[in-house]
Amino acid sequence: MNLLPPSDSVFYLSNFNLNTAGKYMAYAILALGIDLLWGYTGILSLGQGIFFGLGAYCMGMHLMLSIGGDGAYQSDLPDFMVWNQVKTLPLFWKPFSSFTFSMIAVVAVPACVALVFGFLTFRSRIKGVYFSIITQALALTFWLLFNQNSLNLGGTNGLTDFKKILGYPLGEISTQRALFVITGICLILSFILCRWITNSCLGKVLIAIRDNEGRIRFSGYSASRYKLFVFVISAALAGLAGALYVPQVGIITPGQIGVLPSIEMIVWVAVGGRGTLVGALLGAIGVNWARSFLTSNYPDLWLYFLGALFIGVVLYFPKGMWEVSGKLKKVLRSRFKKKRLKEKQLV
Amino acid sequence: MAMKKDEEINIEETSQSGMDRRKFLKLSGTGALGLAASGLIGGLGFSSIARAAEGKGPIKVGILHSLSGTMAISEVSLRDVVLMAIDEINAAGGVMGRKLEPVVVDPASNWDLFAEKGKELLLKEKVAVTFGCWTSVSRKSVLPVYEKNNGLLFYPVQYEGEECSRNVFYTGAAVNQQAIPAVEYLMSKDGGSYKKFYLLGTDYVYPRTTNKILRAMLLAKGVPAKNIKEEYTPFHHQDYQTIVQKIKAFSRGGGATVISTINGDSNVPFYKEFSNQGLTSGDVPIMAFSVAEDELRGMDTSSLVGHLAAWNYYQSVKTPQNKKFVSAFKAYCEKNKLPGGKSRVTDDPIEAAYFGVYLWKQAVEKAKTTDVDAVRKAAYGQEFLAPGGKVMLDKRNHHTHKPVLIGEILKNGQFDVIWKSKGLVAPDPWSEYTSPDKGCDWVDHKGTYKKA
Amino acid sequence: MNDFMLTLFLPLIVLAAGILISALAFAEEPVPPSIAQSILDLGDTNRELQEESVFALEKSGDPDVLPVLEALRGGNLNIWMEADGKRRIVMSGDAVDLEDGTQVLPLFEAYGGKPILDAQGKQIQVIEENLEGIRLGRRMRIKLTPMLDRLRLFSREAAIRESAATKVGLTGFAEALPILEQALNKEKNPWVRSALEEALGLIQLSDENPSIRKKAAENLGRIHALNAVAMLEERIQANDAGESEETDIAVKAAITEAIQKIEAWSVWTRTVETIFSGISLSSILLLVALGLAITFGLMGVINMAHGELMMLGAYATYIIQEFFVAYMPSDVRDLYFILAIPLAFGIAALFGLLLEKFIIRKLYGRPLETLLATWGISLVLQQGVRQIFGAANVDVASPAWLSGGLRVANGIQFPYNRLFIIALSIMSVLSVYLLVLRSPIGLKIRAVTQNRQMSACMGITTERVDAWTFALGAGLAGMAGAALTLIGNVGPDLGQNYIVDSFLVVVTGGVGKIAGTVGAAFGIGGINKILEPGLGAIYAKVAILLIVILFLQKKPSGLFPAKGRNIDL
Repeated sequence: MNLLPPSDSVFYLSNFNLNTAGKYMAYAILALGIDLLWGYTGILSLGQGIFFGLGAYCMGMHLMLSIGGDGAYQSDLPDFMVWNQVKTLPLFWKPFSSFTFSMIAVVAVPACVALVFGFLTFRSRIKGVYFSIITQALALTFWLLFNQNSLNLGGTNGLTDFKKILGYPLGEISTQRALFVITGICLILSFILCRWITNSCLGKVLIAIRDNEGRIRFSGYSASRYKLFVFVISAALAGLAGALYVPQVGIITPGQIGVLPSIEMIVWVAVGGRGTLVGALLGAIGVNWARSFLTSNYPDLWLYFLGALFIGVVLYFPKGMWEVSGKLKKVLRSRFKKKRLKEKQLV
Repeated sequence: MAMKKDEEINIEETSQSGMDRRKFLKLSGTGALGLAASGLIGGLGFSSIARAAEGKGPIKVGILHSLSGTMAISEVSLRDVVLMAIDEINAAGGVMGRKLEPVVVDPASNWDLFAEKGKELLLKEKVAVTFGCWTSVSRKSVLPVYEKNNGLLFYPVQYEGEECSRNVFYTGAAVNQQAIPAVEYLMSKDGGSYKKFYLLGTDYVYPRTTNKILRAMLLAKGVPAKNIKEEYTPFHHQDYQTIVQKIKAFSRGGGATVISTINGDSNVPFYKEFSNQGLTSGDVPIMAFSVAEDELRGMDTSSLVGHLAAWNYYQSVKTPQNKKFVSAFKAYCEKNKLPGGKSRVTDDPIEAAYFGVYLWKQAVEKAKTTDVDAVRKAAYGQEFLAPGGKVMLDKRNHHTHKPVLIGEILKNGQFDVIWKSKGLVAPDPWSEYTSPDKGCDWVDHKGTYKKA
Repeated sequence: MNDFMLTLFLPLIVLAAGILISALAFAEEPVPPSIAQSILDLGDTNRELQEESVFALEKSGDPDVLPVLEALRGGNLNIWMEADGKRRIVMSGDAVDLEDGTQVLPLFEAYGGKPILDAQGKQIQVIEENLEGIRLGRRMRIKLTPMLDRLRLFSREAAIRESAATKVGLTGFAEALPILEQALNKEKNPWVRSALEEALGLIQLSDENPSIRKKAAENLGRIHALNAVAMLEERIQANDAGESEETDIAVKAAITEAIQKIEAWSVWTRTVETIFSGISLSSILLLVALGLAITFGLMGVINMAHGELMMLGAYATYIIQEFFVAYMPSDVRDLYFILAIPLAFGIAALFGLLLEKFIIRKLYGRPLETLLATWGISLVLQQGVRQIFGAANVDVASPAWLSGGLRVANGIQFPYNRLFIIALSIMSVLSVYLLVLRSPIGLKIRAVTQNRQMSACMGITTERVDAWTFALGAGLAGMAGAALTLIGNVGPDLGQNYIVDSFLVVVTGGVGKIAGTVGAAFGIGGINKILEPGLGAIYAKVAILLIVILFLQKKPSGLFPAKGRNIDL
């Protein structure tokens, strides 16, 4: 993709569109992780929103702390702590004033949560729909937790009113542009990583787990270790996506963590095409574009559309749109070939 | 104050500024001609809008209330009453001979969209004044926009105080005009000499700040700390079994009362459980700060009857101007075929939104311009005979002097006024109990200042 | 199933009918002349006469005097000139808005409180200007409040008598003793008696005679007077100088013993309350998870729209209520709920049939796909309801016969609505058990779930069995939704609040086992309520999830795992 086209080109992106496109790309990174987990390994996690949120909150905490005394209360503490009667910065906030620490945390925190949770669940061979249901319950729990003011993470209001990142004002278009480029690079790197995983021997084992886990176990592989690995990777990708999302959108609230956003992420991949990385990527961008379009033009229709997508994809295009387009291409190509063959024969 | 629901925060639209949104709509409207082309059109359209607030044409007035989403239940009524006030003013000849032209936008109960829509009103529509917001979060989200662009916002809902913005006029109550007198009443002989206070609220800014102030006040008045309990439940909490049991245990020995800042749809399960477990308003009254007539409409009130609420106005207030106001509002809703029509009710925020329009009108007429700074200065000390009685803007800050009324909930969703403050209560944006050293003054100081 | 419903509801119908009859059978009572004169004197401008008549009314000991004095205190007692110029003392009700916007006040008899009717038998309503409110002097107002409390001791309603007794006791004036004793002699209701005894004890605690004080302390301990603890402690608490209010050693000992007794009792009541709320929460969980235990447990269908089927049931209840309000006479309105439960079951079951036929049937054997598709359905249903009924919650009023609660002991009251839900869930579990394990249909259901091909070979129409099984699960969800209107809000996202919990119950219980579902519901509900007082609602929920995850470590297939050798189970 051409990232910085000149302003007269068709690909020129205004500030708003730049922001939106940046957000979609962040979502695409998350979708890659889901695809790795669901499309390749067959594990349907309904709690990816948690990891996205954890990454986003880590980033948000750093941005909150870099506001300094510029907030409404002119206090060094984040505004919401002032009205929550928090007098000193809670201990777990302190390291987030370091940018480096925060950058590590955006990936490490979700990865660690995934590691612990995955270890417990995969070890006891909770799988299939059971895993989905437990992760959904986990998403609900995290949502409830993050809504608690006593957790010192801003409660329902979340973290917002960010001013600067590394000293650069977030309102400036140049900063936004840079963020956009960084997101793009991260997306490409994530894509390469996923590509590498799926093409390697490891990827083959993952697919085998998806197709028949019992057989893999009996062949001497530790299926749960592979599953844990891919779960952690997808959580880390989700965390990265969250971290890239926050400075571009400017707010993170528990609303992004809950049950509904988590399951919406699944539909991106389902629509795009699970088991194909490009499909997941395009699905994330396509569905979100449709969402932006519908919510601003026909707000009542959005949920119907989303519902219909779920039902339609499952019933009629279980492999997603990418495969449909692939099939279409094949059909066209074979038609074309036949035609040429006929022409040849005629000649 | 009141936030009804907010897990549905819709992040999608966060980064659409007024201009961007316009572009975006243009894009979808004209068909995809390419982003660049539409961007250019949008940009041109933006810069060519004249500053309508000056000159002889109508004066543009912004209305920033959620018309969709979860807050719409409460906020739509405020839009209706502001439009009604504008109609009344226009019918009487407008302001300085100029008609008012309302610009209604819908921030869709989305805190982030509030800031964007505020920007749109100020920069694109160039409104002279905005009437809007309900939740504290939404106000906090538009605040930077109005301060940066020197806009003017009239905010009509009771709130937690601790704010002294140059660009906001608060026509709702500060904590000392609602919560504090209500608790003082409960402590008084007439109110029942209650000695134990269970502070129960929904977990967000308004209840937390209010309870912080109330706790400080109760301690200052010699209530021992063991007689004050504070508890918060999340939005939409439904299962109040355990909490009511706790209240029951707390109230043993008598003299206990519940101070409720529970918001929205948690109220029904709470009051139901309360009465079903055998607690009555006679033994343990609940004093609520977030339950008004408009919320009681469409609620099963049977278990709320006899409990208390504190506001600055009730529909049942008996003044000639209120009689007129209530019937005018009902007639307005009926005439314009608004949902509910004649069965609509008025309540405190509706009244505050209504007289806010008139206070602004008087200030403009005194300043002889709609310029924000001139209007601001002219507004200090303005008086108006509101439906609930005379109100006055403070002479030094942007809050309103209002009467305080305590009402008992009746079966029909109305309130029986059982106590009324003597005269108007002066607003105290910084509570004397939690911030005794701070004051709010825009005449001799620049907003919040340190008291000597 | 239907017979079963009937056996449950028959007593309820009888009960409701009984309430109606007793409400209608109001006996006429003439006004005693002396009271009539005193009431008339209340309106006199002479303050002395006014006061005298207030005291005269108090002395009369007539329970119907109380509302008159209450109205006097509340400012609702008025002088009204009848058309023939006769002065009359009347009570005014809440203001009513007329069509033309004027406000009128309905009039009631001061004594007895019956509506005052005109010649056509309609209640007379007047505008406020036609009434002259009776105002009291400040001296009288202050006297009236404790007087009302004393009068309430003789009210017709037990609840009012009881609360008045508690109030008089806590104010602790020795002058109230004779009147309390008089009330105690007359009283038959055990709860009011105990409140009166408590009041007596509290007042006698500060008697001059140590033996009376000792007796009072013993009495308070005996009746477990929960309200008395604070005052008892105060009496023996030593001040800075090491002296306490109570000086007599024997009395002190009695007080200490009484406190111990009451504390022990209060621990007991707390335990009972926690157990009850645990059972109540468990029964709710069970009710919402039961349908799921059938669709998921027996058929392996992950129905994410289960919550929305509950929502449909709740809205069906709302519609019936609205229908009753619009078309039924007001005295049978409360019976709507009896009709609502089977109807909610029916509507949700019908919906389940359609759902099965058009969507779920195509996805058998693909659980993850079913999950996604049914989630899509749930979104569509929510939005549909939102557009039809509006985004705001709708108002479903619990019937009066399910309001209030059952007193089981001093300080413990079990709400009727929760008792009803407990009964309903027990009944539902029993019916499902009988249906699945003891009926020919159940045999088919079990056959199909165990081995579809074999069942088909044996001549079972597996499609039809699937459809009916799914409809049963959906119907149970609808019924749960109707029951939930008793305790919570009815809105488009009602189902969302319960879906995760109900799945958790089924998974923890072990798929395919109704006993497991019951066990899991009671385990989760019980633990939740044990933890909640200490941790708060949210952290209790978090703890529950952790416990469930750890539990699944031990028993990955739930409480009662299905037996078999399939590695994919």
